[in-house]
Amino acid sequence: MSEATGIGASVKRREDLRFITGSGTYTDDMNQPGQAYAVFLRSPYARAKIGAIDSSEAMAIEGVLAVYTGQDTAADGLGDIPCGWLVKSKDGSDMVAAPHPPLAVTQTNYVGEPYGIVIAESVAVAKQAAEAVTTEFTELNAVVDVASAAQSEQIHEGVVDNLAYDWELGEKAATEAALASAAHVTELDIINNRLIPNAIEPRAAIGCHDRVADHFTLYTTSQNPHLERLILSAFVKIAPEHKLRIVSPDVGGGFGSKIFVYAEETAVIWASKKVGRPVKWTAERGESFLADAHGRDHVTHAELGLDADGRFVALKVRTTANLGAYLSTFGAAVPTYLYGTLMAGQYKTPNIYVEVQGVYTNTAPVDAYRGAGRPEATYVVERLVETAARELGKDPTDLRRMNMIQPGDFPYETPVALVYDTGDYEASLDKALEHSDYQGIDARRVEARERGKRRGIGFACYIEACGLAPSQLAIQLGAGVGLYESGEVRMHPTGSVTVFTGSHSHGQGHETTFAQVVSTKLGVPFEDVEIVHGDTGRVEFGLGTYGSRSLAVGGSALVMASEKIIAKARIIAAHMMETEADNVTFADGVFSSSNQQVTIQEVAFAAYVPADYPEDLEPGLSEKAFYDPENFTYPAGTHVAEVEIDETTGVVELVNFVAVDDFGHIVNPMIVDGQVHGGVAQGVGQALLEHGIYDENGQLLTGSFMDYCMPRADDLPDFTVDTTVTPCTHNPLGVKGCGEAGAIGSPAAVMNAITDALGVKDISMPATSEKVWRALRRE
Amino acid sequence: MKISITVNGRQHDVDLPQTNALLVDVLREQLHLTGTHVGCDTSQCGACTVHLEGRAVKSCAILAVQVDGQAITTIEGIGTPDDLHPMQAAFRDCHALQCGFCTPGMIMSAIDLVQNSDSLDNRAVREGLEGNICRCTGYHNIVKAVLQAQESM
Repeated sequence: MSEATGIGASVKRREDLRFITGSGTYTDDMNQPGQAYAVFLRSPYARAKIGAIDSSEAMAIEGVLAVYTGQDTAADGLGDIPCGWLVKSKDGSDMVAAPHPPLAVTQTNYVGEPYGIVIAESVAVAKQAAEAVTTEFTELNAVVDVASAAQSEQIHEGVVDNLAYDWELGEKAATEAALASAAHVTELDIINNRLIPNAIEPRAAIGCHDRVADHFTLYTTSQNPHLERLILSAFVKIAPEHKLRIVSPDVGGGFGSKIFVYAEETAVIWASKKVGRPVKWTAERGESFLADAHGRDHVTHAELGLDADGRFVALKVRTTANLGAYLSTFGAAVPTYLYGTLMAGQYKTPNIYVEVQGVYTNTAPVDAYRGAGRPEATYVVERLVETAARELGKDPTDLRRMNMIQPGDFPYETPVALVYDTGDYEASLDKALEHSDYQGIDARRVEARERGKRRGIGFACYIEACGLAPSQLAIQLGAGVGLYESGEVRMHPTGSVTVFTGSHSHGQGHETTFAQVVSTKLGVPFEDVEIVHGDTGRVEFGLGTYGSRSLAVGGSALVMASEKIIAKARIIAAHMMETEADNVTFADGVFSSSNQQVTIQEVAFAAYVPADYPEDLEPGLSEKAFYDPENFTYPAGTHVAEVEIDETTGVVELVNFVAVDDFGHIVNPMIVDGQVHGGVAQGVGQALLEHGIYDENGQLLTGSFMDYCMPRADDLPDFTVDTTVTPCTHNPLGVKGCGEAGAIGSPAAVMNAITDALGVKDISMPATSEKVWRALRRE
Repeated sequence: MKISITVNGRQHDVDLPQTNALLVDVLREQLHLTGTHVGCDTSQCGACTVHLEGRAVKSCAILAVQVDGQAITTIEGIGTPDDLHPMQAAFRDCHALQCGFCTPGMIMSAIDLVQNSDSLDNRAVREGLEGNICRCTGYHNIVKAVLQAQESM
C-alpha cells in the first residue's frame, strides 16, 4: 500500500471535493416531500409569566397549519429536557435541576426562550402568523449579573439563592494552611467572558413521522446523534429508541454548541406527528445568538502561594459559574469536573482547593464550548503564574520550569483527582521559546517603542484532559452515560471495507483520518475504505464528537475492530494455506506461512464464499468493538503570544503566535495543524474581540455579527504551530486529541502578553481598544 | 412575478413566490443550487457570496427582482470534481476548509479578489476576505490557498 496514505501522512481530505464544489448536504439543503415549515414563538422578556395566548388571528391566515404552545407539549406528556450530568454539592446533596420543558409552559426564563411553535406552508407565512399570535406576558425582574445572582430574586421554584450546586474539590484546610505560611501569595480577580459559539451553519432540523410504521426520523445538526436519540426517547418520550432515527448529515461546525438536546429540534420532531407532515426549521443567526448554548462566563477569585524559592505551595480558587436559565446537557459538568480537575496544570502544586458555585440567571443556558472548562482553568492557572513571576521579579518561563512535573514523575497523581499518564512539558516549552525568539524580545520591545508601540510577550503552558472518558469514572462522578465509543469494520466479499463509527465529523475530517487508520491496520488501499457516521439507523450506538475524543476513543474502537478482523482472517488464512494459525504472520494486508501467502482480500472472499472453510467458524468478515478508555488523555503544550499595542488608539495587534503541542502520535499532521489554527483563532477571539453581553433587563445586546465581534481574517496573523510527542500510554494509537488545545492555551497567552506590554496586573477579556486605551491612561 | 436570470451559463425563468424574495432563496429553494449557504441574516458572514455579472456579491442582501436579466455564477458553476477551478484546487491542497460551510462563499470572494487585484500579499488577502467569516480554520490556510491560487489564475 502507498506510504502517502498511512498513519502519519498529511493525506488531502476526501470530504473536501464535495464541499469545494458546493455538493455538501447540510440539513438545510435537504427537503422532504410535503414538508411544512416551523417558526418559534420566543420570549421577548428575560423573565415573565406566560398568560393567555391567542392564536386565532394567526390560525386564520391562509397556509397556517398549527400553532402549538408549551401547554400542548405538556398535555401530550412530553418530558423535560434533562441535564446529563449530576453534580453533588459540598454537603453531599444533589444539584438542584430546575425543570426544563421543551416549550415554556408557565414562565419564560431568558430572552429567546421558545414557548410555542407555528407551522405553515412556508417560512414567510409562518413568520407572519407568529407575529399575529398575541401573548399576555407579565414581566418579572430579571437576574442577570452572575456575581450577585445568589442575592437576587429566586428564578425557579425550589432553587434557593438561584444556586444549582456549591461544589468543591481538593483539601481546603491543607490548602489554606499552606497559603497562610507561603512566602508570597499572588491574588487575582478574574472574569472569564461569556462567549457565543457561532458555528457558521445555524442549527436546523427536519422532523418526519411515518404514520403507518409509527416511526420518526429527525434530520438535524447534531454532534452526537445517538445521545440525542437516547435523550429524546428515554426522557422526553418522543418515541421508543427503535422507532426513532436521528440523521446528522454534513454539519457546518459545532464547537460544542451542537452536542446538546435543544427545544427546537424536540418540538419539530414532536410536531411532525401532530400535523402529519414533515416539519422543517432552520435557525436564523439571530436565533443562534439567543438560543444556542453559550460558553464560559465565570467570576473567579484565585490565590497562588509560593515559597521563598518560587515553588508553588498552594492554589485556592473560588468561582461563580453562570449556568444560564436551565441546566443544559453537560452544563453542570463543565465548570466542575472539566474545570476544577485541571487546576494542577503542568505543575507540582501540592495543595489545591477549588470551590464552584453554579448559579442560575435569566440568560441562555451555558454549556460546553470548545475547551469547555479547560480554557477557564488554564486561564486561572496561567494568569496567576505569570503574575506571580512579575511580582517576584522572575522570568516567567523560569518560574514555570522550576515547578513543572518532570518526565520521571509519570504517572503523576494531582491533588485534584486526575492521574496524568505521560508528558514532557519542558520539551514543548523549549521548542516554543525557540520558535518565538524569546531571546530577541527585548530588542523588539525597544524597536516597537520607537514606533509608538508597546510590545509584550505572554506564555501559557496548558494541560487538558481529553478523550472523554473512562465510563465508570465518569458515571461515578455523575455522568448519565458511559463515554466509550463504538466502531464497526465490515470487510466486503471483494475486500473493500465500510467502517461505521459512533463518532461524528463536523469539520474534523474523520472520513480521511479514520480511513488512514483502518487502511493501515488492515493493509488495504486507502481508497477501499469508506467511513459512515452520523446516522443512528446505520451506525451502532455511539457517543459522538466533543472533548477531543474522536480519534483517541473512536479511533481506538476502530483499531480494536480491525484487530478482531485480522484475528478471524488469520484462522481462515491458515486454513487456506493448510497450516496452523500460529504459523501465520500478517503484514501489509498479506498473511504468510513458511511457503505461501494469501491477501486479506482473498481471505475476505473465502469468508463469504465458505466452500473450503475452517470447521466451527462463522462465515463473514465483519467485526464490531466498543472501546472504553482507561484514563483521560492529557494533551499539553506551550503557547506564546506577542502583541503590539498602539499607544494612541489602544488597538492591540497580535503580531506573532506560536503553539507547540504534544498530542501524542499524529495520524494526519495537516489536519492537526488546521485544528490548532482554528482553536487558536477562537481563543484569540475570546481574548481580543468576543463578548456575549446582556443588559440589566436580560436583553442580549450582542445578538448579531454586527454586535458580536467574530475574528476575521484581518484580525489574525499567520500562526506558527509545531508539536512534540509523548505517546499516550493507554490507547492503541498513542494519540491524545487535538481539537481543543488551540482554544485552551491561547486566551491566557494573549492576555499575559497584553498585561506585559501595558505593565498592568490585569485587564479583563476581551481586551478591546477602549479598555486598553483606558489602561494606558491610568498609568 | 417572473424574472429571467442566467445561472452558471443556463437561462432560467423563475416565478418568484413573493416580490421580496432574496436571490439566495431563489438559488437554493427554486433552482436547488444548495452550495450557496446562509450563515447570518445581516449580510455579515459572506457564506452566501456568488458572482453577479462577474463580481462577488452577498446573495442574501440582494432582491431577486434586482437581478432580472443578469448573469450569476455560483460555486456549482466554477468547476467540477474532475476539473476544479484553481481556487477550489488550492483550498483542497492547503486544507483551507474544515466544516465546509463557509467555503463556497469564501472561494467565490477569493476568486473575485484575485481577479481584481494586481498582486496580493498575505495582508492584502486578509483585508480582502474581511467580509467572509470562517469559524474553523483561523484563516491561516485560507490565506495560504488564495496566495497559491493567485499563481495559477
